[in-house]
Amino acid sequence: MRSPPQAASSTGAGADRLFRLVTAGAAWLVLLVLGGAAASMAWGGRLAFGTFGWGFITSREWDAVGGRFGALVPIYGTLVSSVIALIIAVPVSIGVALFLTDIAPRWSRGPIGVAIELLAAVPSIIYGMWGLFVFAPLMAAHVEPWLDDRLGRLPVVGEFFSGPAIGIGLLTASIVLGIMVMPFITAVARDVFNAVPPSLKEAAVALGSTRWEILSRVTLPYARSAIVGAVFLGLGRALGETMAVTFVLGNAHDLSPSLLMPSNSIAAAIANEFTEADTELYRSSLIALAFLLFIVTFIVLSAAKLMLMRIGRTHGRTH
Amino acid sequence: MTSLLRRRLVDILASLFAGAATVFGLTWLVWILWTTFAQGAAALSPALFTQMTPPPGSSGGLLNALYGSFVMVLLALVIGAPVGIAAGTYLAEHGRYSKLATTVSFLNDVLLSAPSIVIGLFAYELIVRPSGHFSGLAGAVALAIILLPIVVRTTAEALRLVPNSMREAAFALGLPASRVASHVIYKAALGGIVTGVLLGLARIAGETAPLLFTALNNQFWSADITQPLANVPVVIFQYAMSPYDEWHALAWAGALVLTVFVLGLNLAVRFVVRRGSR
Repeated sequence: MRSPPQAASSTGAGADRLFRLVTAGAAWLVLLVLGGAAASMAWGGRLAFGTFGWGFITSREWDAVGGRFGALVPIYGTLVSSVIALIIAVPVSIGVALFLTDIAPRWSRGPIGVAIELLAAVPSIIYGMWGLFVFAPLMAAHVEPWLDDRLGRLPVVGEFFSGPAIGIGLLTASIVLGIMVMPFITAVARDVFNAVPPSLKEAAVALGSTRWEILSRVTLPYARSAIVGAVFLGLGRALGETMAVTFVLGNAHDLSPSLLMPSNSIAAAIANEFTEADTELYRSSLIALAFLLFIVTFIVLSAAKLMLMRIGRTHGRTH
Repeated sequence: MTSLLRRRLVDILASLFAGAATVFGLTWLVWILWTTFAQGAAALSPALFTQMTPPPGSSGGLLNALYGSFVMVLLALVIGAPVGIAAGTYLAEHGRYSKLATTVSFLNDVLLSAPSIVIGLFAYELIVRPSGHFSGLAGAVALAIILLPIVVRTTAEALRLVPNSMREAAFALGLPASRVASHVIYKAALGGIVTGVLLGLARIAGETAPLLFTALNNQFWSADITQPLANVPVVIFQYAMSPYDEWHALAWAGALVLTVFVLGLNLAVRFVVRRGSR
C-alpha cells in the first residue's frame, strides 16, 4: 500500500520512512528484551554453571557459608508445588468455564465472567498475604493434624503427609498457588469453549443430545488441544510465581518427601536470598536458578501458545 | 427408557459439578478479598497518606511508599507505552504478515507470561550492577519491561479491529502511511489502545517480585530516582514478613489500597473506556 507519487511530498515520504523505522525498531526491541533477559541470566549464572557443572542441578546441598550450591531442592519444590496447584486448579477451572459457557443462566454469565477476570487481576502479593495470615494458621490448626493422623501412618502415602503441623510448607504453598492460577486457566478455557463453532453444538442438539453429551462428545474433543494449552499457560504461571508462594513456603533447603515440611522454590529462593547474597558465587548461583526457570517457562509457554493457536484463540485478554 | 433416565441423570450430575466448581472457586476468591478489605479497613487512617513508613514498634504511614510507587509506575508508562504502541503498530499495520511480525507476536505472548522475578534480575544485571547501587530507575525499567508485551498485544488487537476500508479510503486520498496512522487508524482504535495501557498500568502497580532487587526499599522520603526508592508492594512484603503488629497493620492497609486501585482501574476500564469507544 503506497501512496500516489504526486501526493507524497518529500516530507511525507521522509516521515513515512521514519515511521516504518521506528515501529519496526520497536518490534525488534521486544525480541531484544526477551533475548537479552535470557543472555544476561546465562552470563550472570556462568560462574555457578562453570563451578558446579551438572552437579548444580543434581546436588541437594545449598551451603551459603561453605560456598557449595546445588539446586535440587528449589527445583523439586517448584515442580511439585506447580503440579499440585494444577491438580487442584484444572478441574475447578474447566468446571467454571463450562458453567460459564453452557450451563449458567444467560444473565449471570457476564457478571461471573467479569468477577473471574477481576480475580486474575488481583496482585499475587495479596494471595501470599492471605496465605500467611489466614490460610497457614488454618492449615496448622485443623487440616495438617488431621492429615498426619489419618494418612501419616499409611505405608506409602504416609511419607507425604507426616510431619509437624506448622502450616508453612509445600502443601499450603501449592494450595495458595492453585487458587491463584485458577482464574487464569478459567479465563482462557472460557474463551476456548466460546470459540467452538455453534453449528457443531446445534447439530448435536438436533440429534437429541443432552447438555453433558454435547460437552463430552463435541465441545471437549474439539477444544482438546487448546484446553491443554490453557493448562500449560497455567503451568507457566505457576512455575514462575513468586509472591504467592514465598510467604508460605518456608525457605528451607532440606529435601523432604513430606508435603507438610517447609520447602523452597526457584522464585522464592531468589526473592528471599538475592539481596543477602554476599559472594559472587552465591549471587551467580541464584541467577543460574533464574536462567533454568526462564528456559523451562519459555518452553512451557511456547508449547501453550502453539496449542492455543490451533483453535484460533490465544491467551485470555491481556493475561 | 432406563438409558434415557441414565443420560438425564448424568446430565444433571455434570451440571451440578460445574455449578459446584464455580461456587467452590468463587468462595476462595471472595474469602481472600473479604480478608483484605476487613483487615485493611481496620488499619486505615489519615496517617497512612501523611506520614512516612515507621521504624519497628511505632506507628506511621505509607506516604513515601505511595509516592515512590507512583513515580516508578509513571516512569514505566513513559518508557514502556510508546515502545509498546509502536511495536503493536508494526504488527498490525505495515509489518502485517511479515516474518518479523509473526515471530514478534509469538514471542511477545511468551514474554507476557514470563516470570516477573526473572525480569527483575534482568533489570538488576542491566542497571543495578553496572551503576553499583539499587535505584528507582532500575525498578521503573523492570516494570516497563513487564508493561511492554501487554501494550504490544492490546495495541495490535485494537488496530486489527479497524476496518480495512478506512485505511483504503485514507490511502486513496493520497495520505502517507504515517499520516494514515496518526489521523485515521489511531483515532479509530484509541479506546482499545488506552484500555491496553490502563490494564497494563493496573498490572504493574501490584508487581512485587521485579522490585525486590531493583528499587529495593527506602524507609525515608526520597524523590531521587537514582537511589533506592520506597514502594508499596515491597513495603507490604517486608512488613508482612516482620514480627511486629504495627507493621502487619500497615501491610494490610497497603494491600487494601493496592487492591482497590487495581480492581477500580479494571472496572473503570471495563465500564467507561470500553463502552465509550463502541
